[in-house]
Amino acid sequence: MKPVLEVRNLTKVFTQPGRPAFRAVDQISFQLMPGETLGIAGESGSGKSTAAKLIARLIDPSAGDILIGGDNVTHAKGRRLRQVYRELQMVFQTPAASFDPRRTLGDGIGESLRNRGLSRAAIRGRVAETLAQCGLPAEFAGRYPHEVSGGQCQRAAIARALAGGPKALILDEATSSLDVTVQQQILELLAGLRQTAGLSYLFICHNLALVQMLCDRVLVLRDGKIEEQGTPDDVILHPQSAYTRRLVEAAFS
Amino acid sequence: MNGGKPVTVRKAKIRRDLRRPRLFFFLGLTAVLLLATIFADKLAPYDPYLQNYEISFQPPSAEHLMGTDRYGRDLFSRVLVGAQTSIFSTLALVGIISVFGTVVGVSCGYFGGRLDSIAMRVSDVCLAFPGLVFALAVAALLNGGIVNAVIALAVISWPKYARVARSQTLAQKDSPYIQAALLAGGTPAQVIVRHILPNILGPVLVTAMLDIGTMMMELAGLSFLNLGAQAPTAEWGNMMSAGRSMLQIYPWVVLSPGLAIFITVAVFNLLGDTVRDYIDPKNSRVK
Repeated sequence: MKPVLEVRNLTKVFTQPGRPAFRAVDQISFQLMPGETLGIAGESGSGKSTAAKLIARLIDPSAGDILIGGDNVTHAKGRRLRQVYRELQMVFQTPAASFDPRRTLGDGIGESLRNRGLSRAAIRGRVAETLAQCGLPAEFAGRYPHEVSGGQCQRAAIARALAGGPKALILDEATSSLDVTVQQQILELLAGLRQTAGLSYLFICHNLALVQMLCDRVLVLRDGKIEEQGTPDDVILHPQSAYTRRLVEAAFS
Repeated sequence: MNGGKPVTVRKAKIRRDLRRPRLFFFLGLTAVLLLATIFADKLAPYDPYLQNYEISFQPPSAEHLMGTDRYGRDLFSRVLVGAQTSIFSTLALVGIISVFGTVVGVSCGYFGGRLDSIAMRVSDVCLAFPGLVFALAVAALLNGGIVNAVIALAVISWPKYARVARSQTLAQKDSPYIQAALLAGGTPAQVIVRHILPNILGPVLVTAMLDIGTMMMELAGLSFLNLGAQAPTAEWGNMMSAGRSMLQIYPWVVLSPGLAIFITVAVFNLLGDTVRDYIDPKNSRVK
């Protein structure tokens, strides 16, 4: 089976004049198989979000390769990059800020379809369909981001990511800004969608408890490097390093 | 959303209601001013260019509300008709520089790189010059005329808008909703037009509103120095210039167009202030 997403020696070095270079992401490699959920855990500043942005090609890597469906897209630009986004989508940490404040949720969810030149009616239908998949009634298409709760907004953001029919989603702390009960609902939604839509997830999260609930495998990042990896149960029950032990304690105490 | 300060619904509503009448009041004043300007030809009681030496330098009276000038022309009619040149050329000037400056600023902020460095250095140079002095030189090079005066001021005045638009674009560019728009497969042009422009237009608009008064005075200044509208065209700046030697004997010749400039600049500035408060409530919060 071919991996949906493969990352080889991905590295990002931030340089600023007069300061030592900062390696935010340092030589990380992994494969994400179809239908698999891979967790990336680590404390804040460990390079998780930078890795997410690199893989989504929102920033350029300093070294390494990103392959999507076997296709090397490390330096994809313009039309080719827009093709990549049909396969790979992302859900952001702050749901309200991820929608244009001056446009309705429906506009945001349908934007990728509009960019592909679909008719208005087709877009409206697909928007309602993805909203329903995410547990929201169709009338949410007409609401503005400030008119809905954080959990509803994140559901809409997931709907937006799904609208174009991607194979993989990057979930960058997608549940972190939500309160615990809503977090649980979103996790259940994600678990359900994985079944029905056959999605692969890259689940980036500082909380190992949530990683354990959703993920098949987990990478623990520390200072941009992979500290350890394995199944969530393995990592949580038998942490190899003091760093991972701290993360486990933080999540389960 | 409101600077972390808790505002009760009722208080917020009272504030809103207090703010709106002001907005409508100044919008109304501006509308009156613009309508009077548009229909100046019909409203003017006399032909503003008709000379009659028998009635030169008459003081304000019921017949001639603002008196007459050296050639016996009715000053009230000249001030009314002069508004067309003064106000419309100012609006045209502000329109040109705000659109051009915004296009430059958004492009610089969004694409960055060499384009950004070059355009921003050029704007630094423009901002480093005293504006009116530079405009004087350009206007002198181009010879007089109101169109050339507008061009001269436009050349020096666009960077302010480029700065505002650039900084606003930079603030929006890395926000998640712009990233989401890119992930939706938007081209840079689509992202700018659909998402960035609508979200930065407020500050640009406020800058433009507050700039109308300044630009009107600078245009009148150029005309006063004979580098803008040329005699016999009725324009407030050159009307003041024509009467300046008689200020002590026939003050109304200078004061009439001066009053017109004062009132117009005041109305546009007050409107600009009100619009700013309306668009950006954060600035208007009582400290």
